[in-house]
Amino acid sequence: MSHSDKDHPKLAEQFNADEPRVDWHDETLWWVRVKRDKAARSIPEWEQLRETASRIKNNVLANLSEYLIQFEEQATRNGITVHWAKDGKEHNAIVLGLLQKHGIDRMVKSKSMLTEECHLNDYLQQHGIEVIDTDLGERIVQMRKEPPSHIVLPAIHLKKQDVSDTFHEHLQTEKGNNDPQFLTQAARIHLREKFLTRRAALTGVNFAVAETGEFVVCTNEGNADMGAHLADIHIASMGFEKIIPQRRHLSVFLRLLARSATGQPITTYSSHFKKPRKGAEMHIVLVDNGRSTQLGRKDFRNSLKCIRCGACFNTCPVYRRSGGHSYHTAIAGPIGSILAPNLDMRKYADLPFASTLCGSCSNVCPVKIDIHDQLYKWRQVLMKEGYGSTIKKMGMKGMTFTLSHPGFYQFAGKAGRWAMKAAPFIINNKLNPWYKQRDMPSPPKESFGEWYKKNRK
Amino acid sequence: MIVALFVPCYIDQFYPQVAIATLELLEKAGVEVVYPSRQTCCGQPMANSGFEHLTHDCDELFTDNFGDYDYIVCPSGSCTLHIKDHLHSSDKEDKADHIRRHIYELTEFMTDILQVKQLNARFPHKVGVHQSCHGQRGLKLSQMSELVAPPFSKPLQLLKMVEGIELIDLDRQDECCGFGGTFCVAEEAVSVKMGKDRVADHIRHGAEYITGGDMSCLMHMEGILRRQNSPVQVKHIAEILNSH
Repeated sequence: MSHSDKDHPKLAEQFNADEPRVDWHDETLWWVRVKRDKAARSIPEWEQLRETASRIKNNVLANLSEYLIQFEEQATRNGITVHWAKDGKEHNAIVLGLLQKHGIDRMVKSKSMLTEECHLNDYLQQHGIEVIDTDLGERIVQMRKEPPSHIVLPAIHLKKQDVSDTFHEHLQTEKGNNDPQFLTQAARIHLREKFLTRRAALTGVNFAVAETGEFVVCTNEGNADMGAHLADIHIASMGFEKIIPQRRHLSVFLRLLARSATGQPITTYSSHFKKPRKGAEMHIVLVDNGRSTQLGRKDFRNSLKCIRCGACFNTCPVYRRSGGHSYHTAIAGPIGSILAPNLDMRKYADLPFASTLCGSCSNVCPVKIDIHDQLYKWRQVLMKEGYGSTIKKMGMKGMTFTLSHPGFYQFAGKAGRWAMKAAPFIINNKLNPWYKQRDMPSPPKESFGEWYKKNRK
Repeated sequence: MIVALFVPCYIDQFYPQVAIATLELLEKAGVEVVYPSRQTCCGQPMANSGFEHLTHDCDELFTDNFGDYDYIVCPSGSCTLHIKDHLHSSDKEDKADHIRRHIYELTEFMTDILQVKQLNARFPHKVGVHQSCHGQRGLKLSQMSELVAPPFSKPLQLLKMVEGIELIDLDRQDECCGFGGTFCVAEEAVSVKMGKDRVADHIRHGAEYITGGDMSCLMHMEGILRRQNSPVQVKHIAEILNSH
């Protein structure tokens, strides 16, 4: 496991230095989880809906190449230009090439976790292109030069006061005015000018329909529509796995997505894009970036069923108390912890361990990904492939020896309990992470094994 | 029917009274109980840390110890789940398979196999129930708050038979306490924060005792309670069901 300052335990410890803020973060996200529960309970057939979504996605993963080719044919017929990118680098180069071809150096972008994954903003800025994120939360974190901390609620780690300070610095709003309506109005005026003046807009894709070559973008702010409708060129970036076979399948996914994400019955805008306006261009970039590798990993392939609702973040007791940035990857939370090691095992070897394996994530997942089982399986892969520390390996070997030899186990237990009584400082000290904020159990005079020998038979 | 009692290693060493209560409960129900003396551990500490590939000897020992009984009963949902999901043997797979299908956590053994309808137990206190994740979401001992499905709970079914007990409600009925095996030291900061929040929920609702089916979660919460000098105590469910 990595032992840099960037591993999850260290970053989470830093996050926990401000306990009232952790409480606030936890309670805010728990409130979203409760909203999700209420929305799910408003649909008696909720569990059946999850099962149906899961099966549709299994079908998609089993026939991914066919659906992608079908989608390309249909989209091309509709007048959309389809591009294929094998990784983030290719994706970024395609986007840059399109902008350069049209002599565009300023672009608006609605929410797209894929472009975060590909680090598109940094790349375009290095090439002299200005990118304005138009989702309110994303715009806030962009001003602060921070990555999003949540895939649906990118600025959920910030309080009203933080937003007010950020807007005061960047938009010259009144200092100390924390009124949400005042702040959103300021953002609205700021963004309206960008929408009206930018000739290119990039959006993500929530669902792409193989049968018709259409795609659907879901937002609550209408910012994808504002960008796309006012621009000459609309570029949509899409991970391979966003494909669904038929238009009617949207009736399953659109019912699940917003209820799982925020407890809304549906996103405010579910915009269907089919073909470019007259005189305008529409492009779609289909991105692999490790997805076909993940598809080839039997134990982990169904992580590609993910529809990016973020329900697993909101329910995760570890995420709520460690914050999105502690995952040091574009997609945080439980789902991020099973996606990231696929991209780089060494860098993300800590993430599958950032979980108690409580299983709540798998239960809220609208497409029934076995997230906590995959966390367990990633641990096995990572340790077997040698990404564990030597100390951990030696400790585990010692433990294995003890627990495989009953005589030694009984002796070690007795000796350990004696030592805890006779010399508690051996255990009760700063080197023992248990003892830092918790007392040790008080050792009994005899084990159950010893008691049993005396009292039975 | 002969039942083998499987006592998790940390209960054997630190909480023998929990194993004694389990043994007495089963004996009172008229079950013939045997305690195989060469037992140690289910191997979960290694496996959850990513070292399942080292658990071979531990698995073989477990299979030798428990392969010949009608049922195996364990006062821990977590250890039971681990055996159910992961126990294998290289040359006695039939026995390992028998164990996987016949190992029961204590409360589900009492409700499903023994079909206990009444208990001669009395515990006149305010008690908060901690739903341990592996028992609840893994073994499905209780309905889970995430699912749109009818409620049930095997541990509560039994606790309600205890005279004088007052079960309290919680704000979050089934949130993880943050123990998580080696998580409790590897992710110390988050683990402790989760434990503090769980404990606070019970205290806020007036619990005198926190109970549950997994002593490991309770040990973690007990460590926090003791550090806070709280008068609230933890007790394994077997101790409450066996109290009088």
